[in-house]
Amino acid sequence: MHNKSVAELSRELESGKVSSVELTQQFLDRIKREDGKFNSFITVSDQQALAEAKAADEMRAAGKATPWTGVPFAHKDIFCTNGIRTSCGSKMLDNFVPPYDSTVAASFRAAGAVCLGKTNMDEFAMGSSNESSFYGPVTNPWGLASGDKRVPGGSSGGSAAAVAARLVPAATGTDTGGSIRQPAALCGITGLKPTYGRVSRYGMIAFASSLDQGGPMARTAEDAALMMNVMAGHDPKDSTCIDRAVPDYTATLNEPLKGLKIGLPKEYFSDQLSPAMEEQVRNAIGEYEKLGATVKEVSLPNAKLAIAAYYVIAPAEASANLSRFDGVRYGYRCEDPKDLLDMYTRTRAEGFGNEVKRRILVGTYALSAGYFDAYYLKAQKVRRLIQQDFINAFQEVDVLMSPVTPSPAFRQGEKNTDPVSMYLEDVFTIAINLAGIPAMSVPAGFVDGLPVGLQIIGDYFSEARLLNAAHQFQQVTDWHQRDPK
Amino acid sequence: MSISREDIEKVAMLARIKVDDEQVSALEKDLGNILDLVDQLGTADTDSVEPMAHPLDAVQKLRADEVTETNQREAFQAIAPATEDGLYLVPRVIE
Repeated sequence: MHNKSVAELSRELESGKVSSVELTQQFLDRIKREDGKFNSFITVSDQQALAEAKAADEMRAAGKATPWTGVPFAHKDIFCTNGIRTSCGSKMLDNFVPPYDSTVAASFRAAGAVCLGKTNMDEFAMGSSNESSFYGPVTNPWGLASGDKRVPGGSSGGSAAAVAARLVPAATGTDTGGSIRQPAALCGITGLKPTYGRVSRYGMIAFASSLDQGGPMARTAEDAALMMNVMAGHDPKDSTCIDRAVPDYTATLNEPLKGLKIGLPKEYFSDQLSPAMEEQVRNAIGEYEKLGATVKEVSLPNAKLAIAAYYVIAPAEASANLSRFDGVRYGYRCEDPKDLLDMYTRTRAEGFGNEVKRRILVGTYALSAGYFDAYYLKAQKVRRLIQQDFINAFQEVDVLMSPVTPSPAFRQGEKNTDPVSMYLEDVFTIAINLAGIPAMSVPAGFVDGLPVGLQIIGDYFSEARLLNAAHQFQQVTDWHQRDPK
Repeated sequence: MSISREDIEKVAMLARIKVDDEQVSALEKDLGNILDLVDQLGTADTDSVEPMAHPLDAVQKLRADEVTETNQREAFQAIAPATEDGLYLVPRVIE
């Protein structure tokens, strides 16, 4: 059962071959048995999951089932879940049990989906390797059989590893600079970062508010489409969420790709990309040509400035967002504060990990008197130049394709002592967040037994087209079906 | 661009994060490297470019001035580090 997709499990439940309680118990048993190797979960909410499964079976019996009713999944531990601890991978929120649901959690709940627990992540979503989690690193299921402990990517590394290891059929993620796509690529699963404002950020713990976006992580594009049908849509509780009709993302999966115009940004096929990775990505693009697509080179001349702009904007916004963690209303408070200042400064020194502190300090510096124009305002202007490159490219082509990462999953401990080398891991993903456009990571081959991701980038609100392109690729390839032994 | 120990101590105080001498030394190197990375921004000509705050240039929506939330003080204070009589407790501020 654990090898089945969301779509398949949904049909099994519909036909009555299995109940949600049985299915939920099977997955919970599997997590208990297997997750010691991966550390992909921070919290397994087995009691609540079984209660939700029972309610789902009743919902189905009453004829009120949706495609998600009774299907198990997991949330990245950044989405607030009423009554279930939501840590954001931080000591600061180790004791935080939200008194409310994020809109994404409420939507899955309303659809009758069964949340098995909360997945591990880089602390406050800041990282590309899942090594900054207070709950310890996550190990990539790929490479483990040969004794190799590799990172799953980050920050949604727990969700990616759990889906790859078949502990859950699907999980939510969030992507601020590549945090859905990079772990999806390194773990060989399918992930989508939607258009900024497509999915509500209400109750999704904020890192960089002008970049953060929640999205699906699953084995197949079809399952990602099923997740988008639940997640996408306007939410009056998020003032940046766009009020625009939501299509049925599964309805267009089978559209033919004949005539699809693909652009290859030449800056994303640079010498940063290893030749073995490039070969896999080019082979995947070859499959698209066989499906009737045409390919041409395009240019994103300002893409090279994306990492620099990001490491001003994201830390600046993070420094403002994370000022709320002050030890007063919820979360961690230091022992025996001698006065208010001592309480603030020690609570934050003890509650945050090193990477989070670094980013808060960079952001505070960039926003401080005398530096605001040189850093934040300058970065916001460069951001528009980067956006304009994409707008120009989409006048010529329908989608862009590129690698997701410069190389496959690296070893634990390889990059976590040098922040800048870790930041460069996101060189092909960050510009997309700055522009606010959607992009996917699709399994597209292997290098040295480790998965390679193909990035498919689209214009604003083109999620249905991206999912269609990914689904058609998955009809003629089986990379997404490969199982880490 | 390098960042001085004094700058780091000042910024840490602005951010309300206590740092010891050893941490300041590590931050001097790490923050210096990060600022070197972002200094590439200076190479871009942005003279006639408007800064971008929202990818779709959306503007803040206003809602009707109506009460939509109910009082949940007890639920919210149940997860606070210290409360008394419905108030959040912090160390004494005024002697």
